[in-house]
Amino acid sequence: MAVAPRTPPKKRDWSWRSQAFRGLLYQVIAVLLIGGVVWWLASNTAENMRIRGIKSGFDFLTQPAGFDIGESLFSFDSNNPYWKAFLVGIGNTLRVAIIGIILTTILGTMVGVGRFSRNGLVRGICYGYVELFRNVPVLLQLLMWYLIFTELLPDISEAKNIGPVFLSKGGLTYPGPVWESGHLWILGGLIAGAAAAWAYRRWATTQFEATGKLRSMFWVPLIIVLLAGAAGWVAGGMPNQWQIPTKGEFAIEGGSSLTPEFLAVLFGLVLYTAAFVAEVVRSGIQSVPRGQSEAAQALGLAKGQEMQKVLLPQALRVIIPPMTNQYLNLTKNSSLAVAIGYPDVVSISNTALNQTGRAVECIAIIMLVYLTTSLSTSFFMNWYNSKSAIKER
Amino acid sequence: MTTQTQDNIIVFDKVNKWYGNNFHVLRDIDLNVRRGERIVICGPSGSGKSTLIRCINRLEEHQEGRLVVDGTELSDDVKAIDKIRKEVGMVFQQFNLFPHLTVLENLTLSPMYVGKVPKKEAEEKAMVQLKRVRIAEQADKYPLQLSGGQQQRVAIARALCLTPKIMLFDEPTSALDPEMIKEVLDVMVAMADQGITMICVTHEMGFAKAVADRVIFMDQGQIVEQNTPNEFFNNPQTDRSKDFLSKILGH
Repeated sequence: MAVAPRTPPKKRDWSWRSQAFRGLLYQVIAVLLIGGVVWWLASNTAENMRIRGIKSGFDFLTQPAGFDIGESLFSFDSNNPYWKAFLVGIGNTLRVAIIGIILTTILGTMVGVGRFSRNGLVRGICYGYVELFRNVPVLLQLLMWYLIFTELLPDISEAKNIGPVFLSKGGLTYPGPVWESGHLWILGGLIAGAAAAWAYRRWATTQFEATGKLRSMFWVPLIIVLLAGAAGWVAGGMPNQWQIPTKGEFAIEGGSSLTPEFLAVLFGLVLYTAAFVAEVVRSGIQSVPRGQSEAAQALGLAKGQEMQKVLLPQALRVIIPPMTNQYLNLTKNSSLAVAIGYPDVVSISNTALNQTGRAVECIAIIMLVYLTTSLSTSFFMNWYNSKSAIKER
Repeated sequence: MTTQTQDNIIVFDKVNKWYGNNFHVLRDIDLNVRRGERIVICGPSGSGKSTLIRCINRLEEHQEGRLVVDGTELSDDVKAIDKIRKEVGMVFQQFNLFPHLTVLENLTLSPMYVGKVPKKEAEEKAMVQLKRVRIAEQADKYPLQLSGGQQQRVAIARALCLTPKIMLFDEPTSALDPEMIKEVLDVMVAMADQGITMICVTHEMGFAKAVADRVIFMDQGQIVEQNTPNEFFNNPQTDRSKDFLSKILGH
């Protein structure tokens, strides 16, 4: 006798006292309130701007900007239009944010794991680092680094150098290659090497599963990638022209350089955020019950295997959401760069705003940029989070 | 003397341990465990039972005295600890399965990474152990999808995958419902017939009577009394053990 599977009955009770009706009512009220406030703000702004004769619209973006920008990922001069200036700003913001997030993750993880060290000195240093850097306001830290880079370093004419690397108030100048088409071969080599390394790791995994012999999963792939890069360099005709910086009379000439503004923003944001990331990593590892570590030890796993196979995979699911917060904080805090004159998107918007008077438009652009970067970071991290979640039911 | 030490797979010789500077948790423990012997340790909470067996695979370190397991003395020597942990399996009160790995992966992790066994072989061995604890059909599930009794049986199978000479049980049924206690004890009773050395901290007196060769009663960090289960339960020698038995057998 087969019993037909019963599904729960549909619950629809729309009386005045039902939860469903009340819930719907509150939602309608909330939407009306928010819509009303937005409409009031928008119409009020439009009205005021009309009365004062302020022009609005995004047409200014195609006009020439008329100002120079200190540093840019691509060539820019004052005859270029505003939209290109904004692109320079966005590029500079992303440059700090992306490099910053990578360095912060590395430094923060090291400090966070360091707080579990058996070595008292390492533990103490990590503890001191976290307490010092997370308790000083980040703006102050940016100013401090800027001061250090622009005041305490020697003048350009007396730049300190280690070989061809110069350090002075003008920033860090180092030899850069003279780019030519042969360098593309290196890139091609590296990509081929990455593919080979990936294939090697797959092969090593199947070998491990078939024979139980564990092979190097880090050094060998790294060597494969480097060798392939070198092979690409040879295939590209061994381009070896370097732009070596030399000390001129007023400036360091030639080479590539990092400005003191960029360095100050990067140092400030990385050291500040890494202190928080360290705490996130520490709490994540501590959130794994002690029994997990004991079970791993009882099974004879080595310390490294215990961390890699048992503790970190479980810590990760606790770490990811607060880590996302820290990444977003770093990205948004990069807007403080305006305080020390690093031409990020806020700084450039400010200049554009002053010149054109299009306040609403410029602020809207800034908000859109941060919203887009933050939301994409957030989406990626959420996806990663749900991928690493533990199955319970 | 030499034959005796060879017969004894675990030797405690005046072992002392403190937590911090003030809490003397193990006092002058002298204990010899014969190869294949099945021992039940009982006693009030805080008496040092768990600490005692956790010393055997060095989850806790003793600070004084000698502790020899299967001919290897436990000290700060990393190699010795690794060697002993391969020979000693352990089952915990809270199961301590790895929740991010499937049941099968829980069982093959250590054989693959510590025992250097090929994956296929490790999986075959794991399935044998899972069949032994009658849970083979759950191999691809995750631990938290199983009931407590099932989880504990998986934990027993995981410990057996290293083919240990000694099995330690730290209150394996204390976190389980009465129905599940039986399924776990059944597995342990079946295991007891196979000649493996078992040391079990438990208050399951029925289990002790059925399988134990010796019952050890601990109080305040000392071994107060040891005897065969029959003698211990029917004819306890000390006031402390009489008092303890009257409490756990009272209802």
